[in-house]
Amino acid sequence: MSRYIFKRSLMMILVILGVILVVYAIMDMSPIDPAKVILGDSATEETLAELRKEMGLDDPFMVRYFRYVLNLLKGDMGVSYRNKVSVATQIGDRLPNTILLASCGVLFSLIGIPIGVATAKRQYSTFDNVTMVITLFAAAAPAFWYGLIMVMIFSLNLRWFPSAGMGKGFVDLARSLVLPSITIGIRGAANNARTTRSSMLEVMRQDYVDTAKAKGLDDRIITSRHMLRNALIPVVTVVGLNFGVLLGGSVLTETVFSWPGVGRFVVESIKTQDIPSVLGCVVTLAIMFSIVNLLVDILYAFIDPRIKAQYKRSGVTKNE
Amino acid sequence: MSKAIENKANGQNKARSAWSEIIRRFKKSKPALFGLMFILFLVLVSLVTIVLDISNPEIYNNYVIKQNLRNKLDPPSWQHPFGCDEFGRDILFRVIWGTRYSLFIGLISIMIALFLGGTFGAIAGYYGKHVDNIIMRIMDVFLAIPSMVMAVAVVAALGTSTSNLLLAIAIPQAPRLARIVRASVMTVKDKEYIEATRALGASNATIIVKYVLPNAMAPIIVQASLSVGTAILNIAGLSFLGIGVQPPTPEWGSILSSARTYMRDAWHISVIPGLVIMITVLSLNLAGDGLRDAMDPKLKN
Repeated sequence: MSRYIFKRSLMMILVILGVILVVYAIMDMSPIDPAKVILGDSATEETLAELRKEMGLDDPFMVRYFRYVLNLLKGDMGVSYRNKVSVATQIGDRLPNTILLASCGVLFSLIGIPIGVATAKRQYSTFDNVTMVITLFAAAAPAFWYGLIMVMIFSLNLRWFPSAGMGKGFVDLARSLVLPSITIGIRGAANNARTTRSSMLEVMRQDYVDTAKAKGLDDRIITSRHMLRNALIPVVTVVGLNFGVLLGGSVLTETVFSWPGVGRFVVESIKTQDIPSVLGCVVTLAIMFSIVNLLVDILYAFIDPRIKAQYKRSGVTKNE
Repeated sequence: MSKAIENKANGQNKARSAWSEIIRRFKKSKPALFGLMFILFLVLVSLVTIVLDISNPEIYNNYVIKQNLRNKLDPPSWQHPFGCDEFGRDILFRVIWGTRYSLFIGLISIMIALFLGGTFGAIAGYYGKHVDNIIMRIMDVFLAIPSMVMAVAVVAALGTSTSNLLLAIAIPQAPRLARIVRASVMTVKDKEYIEATRALGASNATIIVKYVLPNAMAPIIVQASLSVGTAILNIAGLSFLGIGVQPPTPEWGSILSSARTYMRDAWHISVIPGLVIMITVLSLNLAGDGLRDAMDPKLKN
C-alpha cells in the first residue's frame, strides 16, 4: 500500500508541475504589460524597460517558469500589482474559507447516496421516477442560478439565512454556510444520486446478492454490507471528480454570496488585471484538485483491492 | 476481394440498416425526442434571428439593444411576457436574440474540442505504447485543472473576444473528449478488417481517418452531445461573472449578470433566463442520453 501511495504521490507532483507550466504559459500570453500596470500610463519607455528588467520579465520563458516554481516552493507567489501585498498572504487568508465552503458542498452532495439507494430499491416506482426527474433538472441549470433563486426565497422573503457574506461565531457562520453549500453541492448531489442508483441496480443483479438472500440474511444487512460496499466504488470516483467541478463552481458561488474565498478573489483580480493574483489562485485551485484526486485514488484502492492489483501490473491507473 | 473488405471496413454493407435501427430506437424514447425537438427549435430560432438581422437590422437595435428607461424593471405583463431588464429592454426579445450566442458558442466550442481532443485521442489510441503514454499524461495535466478555473484563466489572459471565449470553453473539454476517442479507437483498432486494410497497404493516417474513426463514432457522438450542455453552462457562468459575452450582447448568462443587483425589485430577471438555460441543457442531456441508449442498448442503466 505505501508503495502505491508513494508512486501516486510522485505522479501527482509531476502533474502539478505540468499544471503550473500550462497555467503559467496561458497567463504568459496575456497582452497586459505588468510594468505598465504597476507604473501607470504616464510612465516613460525607459522607466518601463528598467522595471521590466528588474522584475526579470525579459528572461526566457523557461527561466521565469522555474523561478516561479522555486519561489512557490518557498511559499512565494509574487506580489499583487494593485495593492503590493504578497499574493500568497492574500490567498492564504481566503483559502480556508474556500476549503470550508467546498467541504460543506461535498457533504451536502453526499445526500445523493441514500437517495440513490432508495430509488434503486424501488426501481420504476413513482418515487423513483419523480426523484430521477428532479435530478435531471438539478443537473441542467447553472448552480449559481440556484443560488440566486434560493437567496430570493430564503433570504429576502423568509429571512431565514443571510444573503451574502460569511458569518462570525459558530451559529452565524453555520447560517451563512447553508445556502452557498447547497448551491455549490446541488449538481454533485444529483450526480451522486444517479451514479449510486445505476451502480446499485448493477450490483443487485449479481450472484452474491442472491447467495446472501438464500442464506436468509436480513435485507438491511444485504443492502449495507453486500450491495452498498460494491456499489460505492464508482460513486467515490464521481465524488472526487465533483470536487473539481465544485472548485470551479466556487468561482461563481462565491461571487453570488460575496463569500471571501479564492474563487471571488480570482474574479476581482481579473477585473483589475492583477496577473500574479490570478496565476496564484488558479495554481492553488489546481493543486488542491490534484491533491483531492490523489486522496480519492488512495481511498479507491482501500475500498477495492482489485485496483491496487491492477496498478501493480500496468503501473498506471486513474479512471481507466 | 479487396473491394469487399473495403466495404466491410467502411461499414457500408450494414451502414443503412444500423443507422435506421439507431433512429428507430431513438424515436421510442419520448424524453429524447422532446430534447431533440427543442434543440432543433432553438436552432430554427437562431437562424430566424440571423436572417432578420441581415434583412432588417432595425429590429435588433430597437428591441434588443435600445434602452427604454420608462419600462425599467417592469414585471412580466401581456406587453412584455418575460418583463423588462434594468434598462427597460424586453427580456423576451433578449432571450430570443441570445439563443444563437449560447447555442452556437456551445456547439462550435465542442467542435473545436472534438477536433483537438479527437486528434490527440485517436493518435494515442491507435499508436499505443510511448505515444499513448506521453499524450495521455499531458491530457492528465489538463484534466487536473477544473474546467471553469481553466476557462477563467484563458479569458483572464487573452481577453473576452468571441474567439477567446470559444477557446476558453473548448480547451478544458478537449482532454475529456480525447479520453473517449482514445478508448473508442483502442477497441476498434485490432479488429480484423483494420488488419485487412493494413495488409492492403493503406497508410496509418488513411486507416485512422477512413476506417478506425467511422467505426468508433458512437461513444464519441454521445459524449460530444452531452458536452455541449456543459459548454453552455460554462459560457453562462463566464458571462454572469462579467468576463464572458460582453453587454449589451444578449447572451443568456449575461442577462443574468445584473440579476443579483436587482434581486429585490425584479425577480423575473433572475428566474426567466435561468429557466431557459435549464430547459436547453436538459434537452441536450435528454437527447444525448437517448442517443447513448439507442446506439448501445447495453449501456442503459
